[in-house]
Amino acid sequence: MALLQTLLLRVITTAVTLLGVAVIVFFVIRVVPGNPIAMMLPPGATAEDIANLTARYGLDKSIPEQFFIWGGGVLRGDFGTSITLKQPVLALVLGRLPATLELSVLALGMAILIGGAAALTGTRLRETRVEGGIDIAQGMALSVPDFLWGLVLILVFGVLVPVFQISGRVTPSLELPFVTDFYLVESVLRLRFDLTLDLLSHMLLPALALAIPLAAIIGQLLKQSLKETMHLDYVTLARTQGYSEAKVIWSQALPNAILPTLTLVGVQFTFLIGGTVIIERLFSYEGLGNMAIDAVINRDLPLIQGIVILFAVIFTGVNLLVDLTYAALNPRLRHG
Amino acid sequence: MAEGRFQVRRRAGLRLWLSAAWLILLVMVALFAPYIASKDPLEQDLFAGRLPPFWVHGADASFLLGTDSLGRDVLSRIIFGTRIALGVAVVSASFTCVIGAALGLLAGFYRGWVDVLVSRFIDIWMAFPPVLFSILLIAVIGPGLFSIILAIVVIDWTRFARVIRAEAMAQGAMDYVASARVAGRGRLGILLREILPNVLPIIVVLLTLEMGIAVIVEAILSFVNLSISTDDPTWGGMISEGRTSIHQAWWVLVFPLITLFLTVLSFSQLGEGLKDRFDPVLR
Repeated sequence: MALLQTLLLRVITTAVTLLGVAVIVFFVIRVVPGNPIAMMLPPGATAEDIANLTARYGLDKSIPEQFFIWGGGVLRGDFGTSITLKQPVLALVLGRLPATLELSVLALGMAILIGGAAALTGTRLRETRVEGGIDIAQGMALSVPDFLWGLVLILVFGVLVPVFQISGRVTPSLELPFVTDFYLVESVLRLRFDLTLDLLSHMLLPALALAIPLAAIIGQLLKQSLKETMHLDYVTLARTQGYSEAKVIWSQALPNAILPTLTLVGVQFTFLIGGTVIIERLFSYEGLGNMAIDAVINRDLPLIQGIVILFAVIFTGVNLLVDLTYAALNPRLRHG
Repeated sequence: MAEGRFQVRRRAGLRLWLSAAWLILLVMVALFAPYIASKDPLEQDLFAGRLPPFWVHGADASFLLGTDSLGRDVLSRIIFGTRIALGVAVVSASFTCVIGAALGLLAGFYRGWVDVLVSRFIDIWMAFPPVLFSILLIAVIGPGLFSIILAIVVIDWTRFARVIRAEAMAQGAMDYVASARVAGRGRLGILLREILPNVLPIIVVLLTLEMGIAVIVEAILSFVNLSISTDDPTWGGMISEGRTSIHQAWWVLVFPLITLFLTVLSFSQLGEGLKDRFDPVLR
C-alpha cells in the first residue's frame, strides 16, 4: 500500500513539474524582443507578407491562446514546425536524440568503469601513496567541470598527440548503411566494426570529458562505503576463512557497499545529460545539445521549446525511475 | 592515525593558501590591469597576426604570449579579461547568495506554504539542464554582461536555497531555538539572530563555490558567442577563437585555458578547504 502511495505521489509531482517546465519555457520564450518572422523574410517584404507569415505560425494570437494551441498539439505529439529548418520539431528532435543518448550512455559507462576501478584500487591499496594519489586526482576531477576537461582533452589527444577525432560524430566521407539514428548500436549489430571504430574515435573524447567529474563522484562515494563495509564483522570473518584481500573486497564488501552509489549514479546521470549541451558544441558533435544552441542563436522558438521540453522529460523521467527503483529495492518501503 | 589526520590537515592548508594566493593575484591584476598590460587589448595589428609566444621562433618579444588572428595581444586580453571574469563572479554570486539563502531560510524555518512554493520551484528548476537554461535565458534577454549576471542568479539560486533550507530546518529543531522561543524572542528575531549566524559558514562556502561556477558560466556563454561582443576581451571568447584556430595558433587557446582552469580550480579548492575548516568533525 505504502509503495503504491509513494508511486502515485511521485508520478503526480513529476507531472506537475513537467507542466511547470512547459509553462515557464513557453512564457519565457514569448518575451523575446527580436521578431523571428522579420528574420525569415527578405529585406523587401511588405507588411502584408509579415502579417501572413505571422498568422501561419499562429504568432498573431494572444499568448494564453498560443499556449493552449501549442499545449494541445504537444499532447497529440505535434510540437509544431521548426522556423529555420522547415521540418516538424518532433522528427528533428527524435532524429538527434539517439546521438545524444549514445554519447551519454557511453560516458556513463566510462564513468562507472573509471570510478569503480579507482574505488577498488584505493580500497585494496589503502593507506599507501597510491590511495593518496587517487584522492588528489579525484579532488581535481571534481573541481573542474566537463567543459574545461573537454578543452584539455582536445589539446592533449587531439593536437599534442592526435590519436582521436575532435569534431563531428563520424567521418563525413564514409558511406553509412544505417536505417536508424543509433549509429553506434547499429554498427555493432551489423558487424561493421570499421564504422564502430570510427564512431568511437569521435565519441571517446567528448564522452571522457563528460565522464571525468562523474567518475570522481562515483569513486569517492564507493570508496567511502567500501571503507565502512570493510570494518564489519562478516568481512573480518571472510578474511579469517582465508579469502585473499582482493577477493574479500570484490565478493564480500562490494555487493553490500554498492547500493548508495547506484542511487547517486541515477541522479548524477541527469547532470551528465545536461552537460552534453556544451560538450556537443565543443566537439561539433551532431546531437540535441548542439541543435539547441543553434536553435537559440537562430531564435527558432518551436525548436527551442521542443528540445527543452524533451530534456525536461528525460531529466524528470530518470529521477522518477531512480526513486521507484530505490523504493522497490528498499525493504522498509516495500513492506511498509 | 593522529599523524595521518595531521597530514590531511596540512595538505588541506596548503591547497587553501595556494588557491587564495592565485585569487588574490587575479584581484590585483584586475584592479591594476591598465598598468600591467603592455598593450591595448582591443588594438588590432593585421601585420602582426598569429605571432607565437616569445620563446618560439618567429615571435615578436613585445607580444609575450603571442597574438590572435587579428594581431591582438593575448596576454593583454587575458589581463583585461580578468576584470570581466571576476566582476561577473562577484556580482552574480552575491545576488544569487542573498536571494537563494533568503528563500532557503524562509522555507526551512517558517515551513507551511512558503516551503511548499519554494520546494516546488526547486523541483521545476532541477528539471532544466543548467547550460541549456542559461543559453535560453540569454537568447530571451539578449546578450551582454547584465544578462549573464541575471541568468546566473535566476538559475543558481536553487543551489543556495536547497542546502540552506535543509540546514535551517535542522537548526530550527534544535534546543537553542526552542529556548529562544521560550525566552520570548519573535520568529524573525530567532531567524536572524540565532539561525542565520549558525548557517553563515555554509553560506560562505557556497558563495565561494558559486563564484567558480559563475566564472565558468560566463566562459561558456562567451564561448557560444552569447556574452558581450567578440571584441571585448573575455577568456571564453578567446578560447572560442582558439578552438577554431587550434592547428594554426595553439597559444590563443592554451593561455586563456590555463588561466580559466586555475581560477575555477582555486575557487573550488578554496570552497572545499573552507568547508573542511568549518566542519566540526574534522576540527
